[in-house]
Amino acid sequence: MPPDAEAIAEQVFTALADPSRRDILAALASGGPATATDLAARLPITRQAIAKHLALLAEAGLVTAEPGERRRVRYRLRSAPMQVAQQFLAALARDWDGPLSALQDHLDRSAREPGQAQSVNPDERRTP
Amino acid sequence: MAFPDRIERTVELAHPPAKVWAALTTAEGLGAWFGNEAAIDLRPGGSARMRWSEEGYTAHMQVERVEEPAVFGFTWHIFGLPEDDPRRTYVEFTLEPAGAGTRLTVTESGFAQLPDDLYRKAYDGNTDGWAKELGELAAYLDAA
Repeated sequence: MPPDAEAIAEQVFTALADPSRRDILAALASGGPATATDLAARLPITRQAIAKHLALLAEAGLVTAEPGERRRVRYRLRSAPMQVAQQFLAALARDWDGPLSALQDHLDRSAREPGQAQSVNPDERRTP
Repeated sequence: MAFPDRIERTVELAHPPAKVWAALTTAEGLGAWFGNEAAIDLRPGGSARMRWSEEGYTAHMQVERVEEPAVFGFTWHIFGLPEDDPRRTYVEFTLEPAGAGTRLTVTESGFAQLPDDLYRKAYDGNTDGWAKELGELAAYLDAA
């Protein structure tokens, strides 16, 4: 297990805990790279607050700064840390308890109704 | 909390390993308890799929280990990642006789795979590639 995976996931979850930062990430995901001024025009957040959130998002590796037109910095979404967080969630969401109890029910049912199950040994069939 | 790379569950089933094996490795079995419909080519490297009609979801699996009636392993797509993401988890069922029944253990591992250099290269390559392609399209349109 890479030692920094959990640290990366934690930064992503911290970043996503704030509604303004979620809005900024959503705007970059749907509209592509944008400057802080572009984002301030599109979102109900002040330019100063956007700059603060962008700095935190850059720290978490979720956005990268790149030179844009007229020497203004543009921010681009970077999805790699989200892939790490997504795998963390995938492990929590993978439910084996449900399927295993379904397997148990299936085996019990096919033992009770041997005529309906192809895998049952004919010797176990009850006479009607 | 540690980053979960591996999930492990053990259940005691009141049915002999041969019956449990059939439920795990045949289309009839998998389609009855796991998915709603299944197909399987039961050999290492063979492909298998399960369909959940309610969710409209199909899982594609690749069979990795077939040691009847003790070990059945396959890899599949990581739940929650995009369909075309190449990373997969490995699922292994181990069957041990326990009295007249079976002790069944399922482990699923590989959740903590990091985006590796290859993936990052491919991703960044695509991002750069798109920027270049769009630039070329713009240049072409400007020239026309």
